[in-house]
Amino acid sequence: MSSDKNPLHTPLTRRSMLKASAASAVVGAAPMIIPSTAHAYLNEPKGANVTLGFNVPQSGPYADEGADELRAYELAVEHLNGGGDGGMMNTFSSKALKGNGILGKKVTYVTGDTQTKSDAARSSAKSMIEKDGAVMITGGSSSGVAIAVQGLCQEAGVIFMAGLTHSNDTTGKDKKANGFRHFFNGYMSAAALAPVLEKNYGSDRKAYHLTADYTWGWTQEESIAAATEAKGWETVEKVRTPLASTDFSSYIGQVLKTDADVLVLNHYGGNMVNSLTNAVQFGLRDKMVNGKQFEIIVPLYSRLMASGAGKNVKGIFGSTNWHWSLQDEGSKAFVKSFGEKYGFPPSQAAHTCYVQTLLYADACERAGSFDPCAVGAALEGFDFDGLGNGPTSYRAEDHQCFKDVLVVKGKENPSTEFDLLEVVEVTPRAQVEYAPDHPMFAGGDLGKCNTGA
Amino acid sequence: MDAVLLQVLNGLDKGSAYALIALGLTLIFGTLGVVNFAHGALFMIGAFCAVTLNKIFEISAITIDPTKTDFLGKPLQVKTPYLEKWFGDFGLAVMDWSVPLAIIISIPIMMLFGYIMERGLIRHFYKRPHADQILVTFGLAIVLQEIIKAFYGANPIQTPAPSAFVGTLDIGVYLGFAQNAITYPYWRLVYFAFACLVIFAVFAFLRFTTFGMVVRAGMADRETVGLLGININKKFTIMFALAACVAGVAGVMYTPINSPNYHMGMDFLVLSFVVVVVGGMGSLPGAVLAGFLLGILESFASMNVVKQFFETIFIPSIDQIVIYLVAVIVLLVRPRGLLGHKGVMED
Repeated sequence: MSSDKNPLHTPLTRRSMLKASAASAVVGAAPMIIPSTAHAYLNEPKGANVTLGFNVPQSGPYADEGADELRAYELAVEHLNGGGDGGMMNTFSSKALKGNGILGKKVTYVTGDTQTKSDAARSSAKSMIEKDGAVMITGGSSSGVAIAVQGLCQEAGVIFMAGLTHSNDTTGKDKKANGFRHFFNGYMSAAALAPVLEKNYGSDRKAYHLTADYTWGWTQEESIAAATEAKGWETVEKVRTPLASTDFSSYIGQVLKTDADVLVLNHYGGNMVNSLTNAVQFGLRDKMVNGKQFEIIVPLYSRLMASGAGKNVKGIFGSTNWHWSLQDEGSKAFVKSFGEKYGFPPSQAAHTCYVQTLLYADACERAGSFDPCAVGAALEGFDFDGLGNGPTSYRAEDHQCFKDVLVVKGKENPSTEFDLLEVVEVTPRAQVEYAPDHPMFAGGDLGKCNTGA
Repeated sequence: MDAVLLQVLNGLDKGSAYALIALGLTLIFGTLGVVNFAHGALFMIGAFCAVTLNKIFEISAITIDPTKTDFLGKPLQVKTPYLEKWFGDFGLAVMDWSVPLAIIISIPIMMLFGYIMERGLIRHFYKRPHADQILVTFGLAIVLQEIIKAFYGANPIQTPAPSAFVGTLDIGVYLGFAQNAITYPYWRLVYFAFACLVIFAVFAFLRFTTFGMVVRAGMADRETVGLLGININKKFTIMFALAACVAGVAGVMYTPINSPNYHMGMDFLVLSFVVVVVGGMGSLPGAVLAGFLLGILESFASMNVVKQFFETIFIPSIDQIVIYLVAVIVLLVRPRGLLGHKGVMED
């Protein structure tokens, strides 16, 4: 058989190549998820159940934080379906949730593994939406992942309730109508921390920043530098470090060669553990510079991961979205539910994920529908209390929650392995608020909500 | 000048880990001809020997303190390590020295681990293509790290150095600089000295013992050594175990520098392969030389002044690419690497 006559063996010409490229471009430009037209909105629950998609890091460096998020989600589902002691449903100011699922439908869930990689996270979220019929996606432990998944949910037409994401961009230049963030952000950390730093270290300080080289690091560095400079501090240097770095000694060594007397570590997770450990190894905390004690600051603390740095966190200031030692009724109820079920206190990631699930369910109840646009409208401008951070609002303009921020410090004499941080100040919400068109959050547009229909 | 010397020190310290891992990789490649992608995992297993010993030392008796409460408001459970309870200050000292003590237990563990790995898996792939060897050893590395993650979690686990080695040494004073001009952490200096000792011991073993002579002969011409009636395979198995041991003790001593986690082996693996290739496949001195050289280059590339210079010539983030850039240049100029020999990995 002559190969020339076989259509499968048609010789590749420049013209056919161009045609194929054009066709690929058209296919690539089409929406990634083709919506069903049989429903009023994508994945409208028709049966007795409604499915939520929990997209958390189950492998990779943030797997432990992801496991804690998943525990919180399972607890939230249990409470929504009427199981357990009800947790924060009992203290939530909204009384729309009855413990009979959401809108009378039993809550079920599917899980995905983000691997803390944007492409993997999008892929797992897409699978949960397309194959499992998830009506809402939530979770994550990285801003890069949150922004990627938020974009996917906007395209697809489902609600995204962000997990742990601290970059200003999530509700700034990358905000989306279908995306909502309960967690605080870099700007808020800076606004809460700066006055405490000024009070403890004075206004004549020279700061050196080591920053993880990705969206979260950049926005946190910008926020902390601006807030501390407003208090009179000088920013000596801003150095970007590769996200994959494990040994920061060559960066730390250079700090010693400047006249900086404060080191700001804009690092999270393993990066934070290693950079802080390296800084302490090099004796930075024992040094006197410009006649002052050298200080280290970790603007975003994770209690779960701080244990990796051990004693090195003692006395170091930072901020956190929530801490298990809070004594408001909501926090106590959540710690009790979580602690009795799992045997240890929840992390801030677990807290924000649990709260986001309740907030979504409550919005569905108040909207009387799972329609993403109706749910979004119910969340926009929603004021609530009893979920652990005091009176809180979901701002309509950018879908960012505004609430009190905790300034914490590494505890000098921890009584248990969980007792690593102490809350030194609860910064009032008014102090961390900003205008929706603040320059650090500019450039984005919520756009219109998408139902996927 | 002091800033330059500080980066040289830092490079030697970083290069110590690269050199030790690359040395083991080269030993395995040179003797068995196997490209072992699980070698980083051996480094990680060694580190977790230290973590495990630390955990064993921390096994505690639990008493109830009725005056304090835990996070659920129940009476606080106070943990007192048995070592402290039974032996007092001596017990505390043993706990403090857990990392150096872990060397003692890691040597037989890593030798045994290496032996089992070679006999149980690697030997079945001697005659298979390098691609097969890479796939199976990479798969093994993933399995090993997932096992460690299942037991110890994904978070880094702090494993501190003995308190006698906490702090910094003012090296600058000894070199004629002002006080505090060049200070360097004690434990990193210990690590560098330890790496030099291990490298020297491996070279001495290969150079001055009969066993080493046979191995070197086998590396040069396996067939001829076999024809002389020497069971070279047995000797090479022992070399594999020795290479695993070198990676393991390197991992043990590295734990106070950066808190170990399940992924630490992978973090070093790619860099170590670059070190081996730059040094010259199968060349032990090449691996050591390239390890230290690339460590120093990496340190210099992370200097602000260097980064800024490269940014002006449109090469951003030089600190992230310098090792690969140098590898490309070395391989273009010297395709066999710095100290590579003709005929190794060449058909």
